[in-house]
Amino acid sequence: MTVETSTAAMIKASEVNKFFGDLHVLKDINFEVPRGQVVVVLGPSGSGKSTLCRAINRLEPVNSGVIHVDGKELPKEGKALAALRADVGMVFQSFNLFAHKTIVDNVMLAPLKVRKQKKPEARESAMQLLERVGIADQSEKYPAQLSGGQQQRAAIARALAMRPKVMMFDEPTSALDPEMVQEVLDVMTNLAKEGMTMFVVTHEMGFARRAAHRVMFMADGEIVEDTTPDDFFTNPKSDRAKDFLSKILTH
Amino acid sequence: MVDDLAFLFDKYNVVAAFWVTVQLAVLSAIGSLIWGTALAAMRVSPVPIMRGFAAVYINAVRNTPLTVILVGSSLGLWQTLGVTLAGERATEVNFRLAILGLVAYTSCFVCESLRSGINTVHVGQAEAARALGLNFGQVLGRIVLPQAFRSVIGPLASVLIALTKNTTIAAAISVAEAAALMKTMVENEAHLLFLVTVIFAFGFVFLTLPTGLILGWVSKKVAVKR
Repeated sequence: MTVETSTAAMIKASEVNKFFGDLHVLKDINFEVPRGQVVVVLGPSGSGKSTLCRAINRLEPVNSGVIHVDGKELPKEGKALAALRADVGMVFQSFNLFAHKTIVDNVMLAPLKVRKQKKPEARESAMQLLERVGIADQSEKYPAQLSGGQQQRAAIARALAMRPKVMMFDEPTSALDPEMVQEVLDVMTNLAKEGMTMFVVTHEMGFARRAAHRVMFMADGEIVEDTTPDDFFTNPKSDRAKDFLSKILTH
Repeated sequence: MVDDLAFLFDKYNVVAAFWVTVQLAVLSAIGSLIWGTALAAMRVSPVPIMRGFAAVYINAVRNTPLTVILVGSSLGLWQTLGVTLAGERATEVNFRLAILGLVAYTSCFVCESLRSGINTVHVGQAEAARALGLNFGQVLGRIVLPQAFRSVIGPLASVLIALTKNTTIAAAISVAEAAALMKTMVENEAHLLFLVTVIFAFGFVFLTLPTGLILGWVSKKVAVKR
């Protein structure tokens, strides 16, 4: 579990800057995520971690700098951008399951419309994925009929249905009731064990310790620390990280 | 009273006139829903020239009185420019031009209802669809519009009821619908003025009331649970 850089990085950000009006939310961000690595991004609210996560599939366009995914520069728009997004799974804080479609239809939609899979085939793999995240019995229900934890697991299955090269998680457990956090983290932990490249913005320190290869700590739009979980939790170097850890670990 | 009613229905073909009204309303409703949806798609599209076109079109057309639009279609498009929409007889041409005018006008209101429906769809829905690799047309057609439509069936029912009543303006370009017949009957049967008015008022309520009731029921039935 060392922090290494390789030539074929799955995600590579170079000199990325992003402004919201006058607010400088991402400041000269540089990093690489090699294939198969699980990166957890920690940091206080407003540190830019969600923005960074959303910038990687261009839901949030950046003002300057370059982001590469699997060796290819992020296209500006159009078909090329859609094709890239199809390869980058995204899980949102608020699940964002399509409210007018059943769970299985949510999972099948993109394989049918983007990958042009045949319906029986798409349905079969959708059911397999729902089985894998433990909600196959909920497949014909609508999102509003499921608990938050079930919805988020369905959202993970929907992202996995595209067979993505990398999975982005934008605070996947922050909108969940406490008793539902674990079921989502279990799915994510299994995914990490299977070798998926993951970029996880979260406040779940347990997950960071258990499943991550690497922790990036962000504050005020900068990556302040970039190290192993052990090193980060036991031996934080910066005052910002020490302050952050003292606030969350004492509870 | 009953004798008078029988006399009026005997002498005038009220049902045929209302049938023309129904045809105008139904065909214009279909056209307005299609063109109104296209306008709404243009208004939210990422292409500035489409957004601009739709905005200018809507502000120009919805602020023009319908009478002016219909008379303009007949006098301007047909008499001056020779547009007949493949109609051969004058009644045919005017009927088709009336539909064209009603569609052009009503689609503005369909578009604006739909646009407010689009605003009720959570932005995360479109983001999730984009993140899966769906293109703009798929995001709009598969995710945003189906949810937007469900939330604006009530307002759309009002638009369609207004459309049904607006078909009476087609009388201005001699389309033989209900209001045109009413005008004739009022002129010829002045002593039965009250009864004639009641017949036509009732006829329109008979057409529009079910529209509202049925669409109200549909609206509840298909509502998106969030």
